[in-house]
Amino acid sequence: MKIKRDWIWGWTLIAPALALIFLFTHIPALMTLWGSLFSTPRGRKPSHFVGLANYERLIQDPTFWKVLGNNAIYALGTIPVSMALALAMALLVNRPFKGRALARMAYFTPTVLPLIAVANIWLFFYTPGFGLIDQVLGLFGAGQSNFLGNAGTALPAIMVVAIWKEAGFFMIFYLAALQAIPPQLAEAAKIEGAGAWTIFRRITLPLLMPTTLFVSINAVINAFRLVDHIFILTGGGPDNASSLLLYYIYETSFRFWDTAYGATLSVVLLALMCLLAIGQFFLFDRKVHYK
Amino acid sequence: MLANFLKGSAAAAALSLIAALPASAVDLQFYFPVAVGGGAAKTIEGLTETYMKDHPDVKIDPIYAGSYQDTITKVITAARGGNAPQIAVALSTDMFTLLDDDLILPFDDYAKGEEGKKWIEGFYPAFMENSQFDGKTYGIPFQRSTPVLYWNKDAFKEAGLDPETPPATWDEMVEMGKKLTKTDASGNTTQWGVRIPSSGFPYWLFQGLVIEAGGKLTNGEGTETYFDSPEVIEAAQYLVDLSTKDKVMEPGILDWGATPKDFFERRSAMVWTTTGNLTNMHDNAPFPFGVAMLPEKAQRGAPTGGGNFYLFKGSSDEQLEAAVKFIEWITAPEQSAIWTKATGYVAPRPATWDTETMKDYAKGFPQVLVARDQLQYAKAELSTHENQRVTQFLNDALAAAITGQKPVEEALKEAQAKADQVLAAYR
Repeated sequence: MKIKRDWIWGWTLIAPALALIFLFTHIPALMTLWGSLFSTPRGRKPSHFVGLANYERLIQDPTFWKVLGNNAIYALGTIPVSMALALAMALLVNRPFKGRALARMAYFTPTVLPLIAVANIWLFFYTPGFGLIDQVLGLFGAGQSNFLGNAGTALPAIMVVAIWKEAGFFMIFYLAALQAIPPQLAEAAKIEGAGAWTIFRRITLPLLMPTTLFVSINAVINAFRLVDHIFILTGGGPDNASSLLLYYIYETSFRFWDTAYGATLSVVLLALMCLLAIGQFFLFDRKVHYK
Repeated sequence: MLANFLKGSAAAAALSLIAALPASAVDLQFYFPVAVGGGAAKTIEGLTETYMKDHPDVKIDPIYAGSYQDTITKVITAARGGNAPQIAVALSTDMFTLLDDDLILPFDDYAKGEEGKKWIEGFYPAFMENSQFDGKTYGIPFQRSTPVLYWNKDAFKEAGLDPETPPATWDEMVEMGKKLTKTDASGNTTQWGVRIPSSGFPYWLFQGLVIEAGGKLTNGEGTETYFDSPEVIEAAQYLVDLSTKDKVMEPGILDWGATPKDFFERRSAMVWTTTGNLTNMHDNAPFPFGVAMLPEKAQRGAPTGGGNFYLFKGSSDEQLEAAVKFIEWITAPEQSAIWTKATGYVAPRPATWDTETMKDYAKGFPQVLVARDQLQYAKAELSTHENQRVTQFLNDALAAAITGQKPVEEALKEAQAKADQVLAAYR
């Protein structure tokens, strides 16, 4: 009897949160899946069931494969660099020194700014001729650049902005984790004669693993989720060289109004994200806890 | 007793509140975009205020909706949700898309009689080309533009060119461009001859080149494109050559928004951009500048551009009639003159140019007349069914050619094949 009542209690308590999560996450996700099996309604032509036709089109769509490839490069390029930078910055500002609060704030500032504002700042940096980068390079007699206007450099230019924005955010997590490591461990190691590198590699890094897992999952999600800066910097151009999957979904759904194909692309994104998150949990979860 | 009294007075208050409203107040929503800098939004809001003062029975809610892209997205989203505004300004090229989605109404049904007919016929034919379909008028030209060439007279003088003579042909533009391109001691270019911006929507300025080469991009019905025709390929090759062969234009994709600044900073001696930038140039250029028609190859030519008024389904006849009256008023010569003066958009009716306001304005600033005179050579802007997508194929092809990813012809052939696939459904 007691057990049964607990069960009701539990469900009652989580019901509000569950309702919201179903209303705004799971039901729309299922509707997207359902919508991807129909054609896009166009004025007088209502939508009709097309089965997997949208998925066949997706497989033959070169733009889809291009943005997927871009997204892979984007993720592989931004995640390790921003995480390494975050850890380095956290280690730097974890030691006592004068102006530490100022340094911490400076590292964190890019995170506080909205991505759109960040993109506008960087747009000024990148502007050929009179942008900041070209002005600085000009002092050394270098010619002008056009990072956003060339197919080879547009995507890396976008990635730099993402790293700049993300590293400060991840630093906060590392900083908190570093402060939770008992200092006795390092002291004991020192007595044993361990150097700074050994302490870092054998004590700090392993103890930071749960944080690293958390940060890496967030980083993967963000690599697919944050596309605001593309609107400002390149609009996905030139010729989709800097377009990412979510940006392509937006274009398809709200510029071309091809909502059914937009839903199909969203399903792919959803599946991809689920796979990545599950993969990370299962692969790493067993290894991250220091026992 | 007291309760009764309170109830009674509350009812009376409610009644008087209803009575205070004009008997037949018509509410209108009006979405508009702003694509050029300056006080364009304020001017529109100011004009709306004036109208409401003279017409207390109409209440108009002008909503600044962002860029053209943002505006059309908001309008379509609202319309699909059953809350369409009555009036919106959107790109003239969105006409087929809005028609396919069954969202808009023809003006002919509401601007009735001789007077209505005269009003619709009073616009420049070049602007009506992508405002009418199947004998009906779906768009009323408002913030319409056309690209022109701006040139820096000081730079022309320094290069030993006549500062009063802009290039008249493609070849002249290259020759002059070569004289105007300056490099410093270490071989870096400090001033480019010409700049034809290519970010975002390169197809627009490119269409100018296509018309000049004697070609066209579509059949005007929105069902056929000619992206791989010889004239289109010739135009694209010329554009690419400006950077790669003639070296008179900065290579890569050139930003649209930074173009006026680039001109002011003397980094480009000639720029192609919209006449909608005219007031900005006039107020901010630190040197004397000229405005010219785009140079010719086989003929003069330029696309039209900019936004039309659209009338949306889903409102009462009373609202729609009030909406059309307002649009008639705001496009009338006096109001249209105020708008043109504030922004530089081309006044879309010959009658506007005959007002005292415009005559005075043109006397002090004759450059405004260039865009008007170019209209006789202007053609409708690229517009098809599923316009945004089909146009994007051309944009991508141009970007690929400009950045050297693909040879010109190959890129355009691919774009044509993709456009054919989409448009087949409408033929």
